[in-house]
Amino acid sequence: MGKTLAEKILTNHAGRDVHAGDIAVCNVDFCFGQDGTSGLIMESFKKLGANVFDKTRFAMVIDHSSPSPNIGVSTVHKAMRDFANEKEVKLFDVGEGVCHQLIPERGYVTCGDLILGADSHTCTYGALNALATGVGSTDLAITVATGKNWFKVPESIKIIVSGKMPAGTYSKDIILHIIGTMGAKAATYKSVEFYGNAIKALSVDSRFTISNMAIEMGAKFGIMEADPKVLKWVKQHSIRQPNPAFADPDAHYGEVREFDITKLAPQVARPHTVDNVVSVEAVGGVKIDEGVIGTCTNGRLEDLEVAAKILKNRKIHRGVKMIVAPASKGIYLEAVKRGFVEIFVDAGAMVVAPGCGPCVGTHNGVLADNETAISTANRNFKGRMGNPNSNIYLGSPATVAASCLTGRIADPREHKKRLL
Amino acid sequence: MKKKTSYAMAHEIKEEILATAHRIKIKDNINTDYIISGRYKFRISDPKELAQYVFNDIDPEFYKRVKPGDFLVAGENFGCGSSREQAPLALKTLGLGAVIAKSFARIFYRNAFNLGLLLLECNTNYIDDGDQLKYIPEKSVIYNESKGINVDIKPIPALMRRIIEDGGVIEHLKKNGGFRIEV
Repeated sequence: MGKTLAEKILTNHAGRDVHAGDIAVCNVDFCFGQDGTSGLIMESFKKLGANVFDKTRFAMVIDHSSPSPNIGVSTVHKAMRDFANEKEVKLFDVGEGVCHQLIPERGYVTCGDLILGADSHTCTYGALNALATGVGSTDLAITVATGKNWFKVPESIKIIVSGKMPAGTYSKDIILHIIGTMGAKAATYKSVEFYGNAIKALSVDSRFTISNMAIEMGAKFGIMEADPKVLKWVKQHSIRQPNPAFADPDAHYGEVREFDITKLAPQVARPHTVDNVVSVEAVGGVKIDEGVIGTCTNGRLEDLEVAAKILKNRKIHRGVKMIVAPASKGIYLEAVKRGFVEIFVDAGAMVVAPGCGPCVGTHNGVLADNETAISTANRNFKGRMGNPNSNIYLGSPATVAASCLTGRIADPREHKKRLL
Repeated sequence: MKKKTSYAMAHEIKEEILATAHRIKIKDNINTDYIISGRYKFRISDPKELAQYVFNDIDPEFYKRVKPGDFLVAGENFGCGSSREQAPLALKTLGLGAVIAKSFARIFYRNAFNLGLLLLECNTNYIDDGDQLKYIPEKSVIYNESKGINVDIKPIPALMRRIIEDGGVIEHLKKNGGFRIEV
């Protein structure tokens, strides 16, 4: 029987033929932790009493609370610096960026890889035809020490997205629509493969947004094919040789779903679950107190660009706090060069250091009781942005920018002319 | 009332365990942010202190109600969302004997077993808050004493059973020199 992408790549890393349902010990190409998970990684690593298996295959990233907002976090950051110095492993310190931007941007991922991260959104690199998934700290520590871990070969779901994307909609709207339709547990422990001409038409940066949110329907992997755009992207960013994987024509899928996006409207996830999705019209007029553009889902250059187009020579609504967090230092600098940062600051927004702060509620825009935010992040769980008595809506960068102008959730298609 | 308490998730899963069921008001899709909020997990590294904030955003008194050995009972997709190991760590630190749910999210599932926290999958519609339960590993059932019914449990995969029996994944690796994945 033919193999899915997950079966192909896990077979390559197990050194034996594996199929869905098998459990195999596999070699891992790269692994990393962030500052929310590295404290326990270091603790478990110490308990294992081993050495780092390969110093070039492990890195740590300080991004979840960056720069540190309190003593507890500063203590973890310092321990990470000490550990990185002692073990001679790569540390991306404060100000460098969000792990899911840095790891691919700095060339640690290529096609056909098997990657583990102590962060649930590690599935982001599926857009590069890599099998990448999040694990906990102890699992990650085991891989740091041994270069391996055990994997259950998952069943796969094939999702085919077709049609031409309407103006004012983006890859964020596609994935919100898919999650809204399929539900938060539709893909638990499964590998999702994304295909279709609508995916092919997207830039690699836009595809990251889709793979990033595969975990929001429970998926272990959210992987795509290595088309010429992907091969070009990895060649530009990594010196490693890509080993593209393709699913066999007779591979078995537990489920095949098709989505036509020709008439897709901008999508918004309502509080407090990511699958609580409606078209923007259904929530148009909901008053907002804060807008966030950034995160591992939508903090890339094209995301900042679309927001800048909407905000250029305009002011955000009085009383709205708008926070922009570029996903990496490189993106920040490019946004400065292209004038986006000036547009944001001039509009009344704050451009903060690259990091995850607003999304995980550690700092940079914690909400007051009964306040409402609209964010480009991937989670709107109660309390996610730091206050359980607040509400979070999720949308595309265009939807967030449009909403910040009016102080109410707004349809970005009203700015169609600017978005051409 | 509890007749006997066993704290003993480590080691052999042979012994029958008696426990009180605890449900919380949200049934399905309880995410790891709810189990332990980012407000606390980034700031607090002492598991005992962290454990006081379990379910802080949805059921802040929960940690006061549970006694060591009790079972937490939930619905579908328990532990979805973030990969934070602090979630099962805090539940384990509270002394919970097991978490029972209709299904678990995969990262949480691995993390819990890795730390030696037992997870049992069954139809939890047959278990209410306060029910007295008896987990009978040999028969793969939970006997709900309060209702007088047996609830079938999905068999625990061999590797996960060994990890629990060894007291967690680190101990499992030290004991066996690698993962014992054979069925």
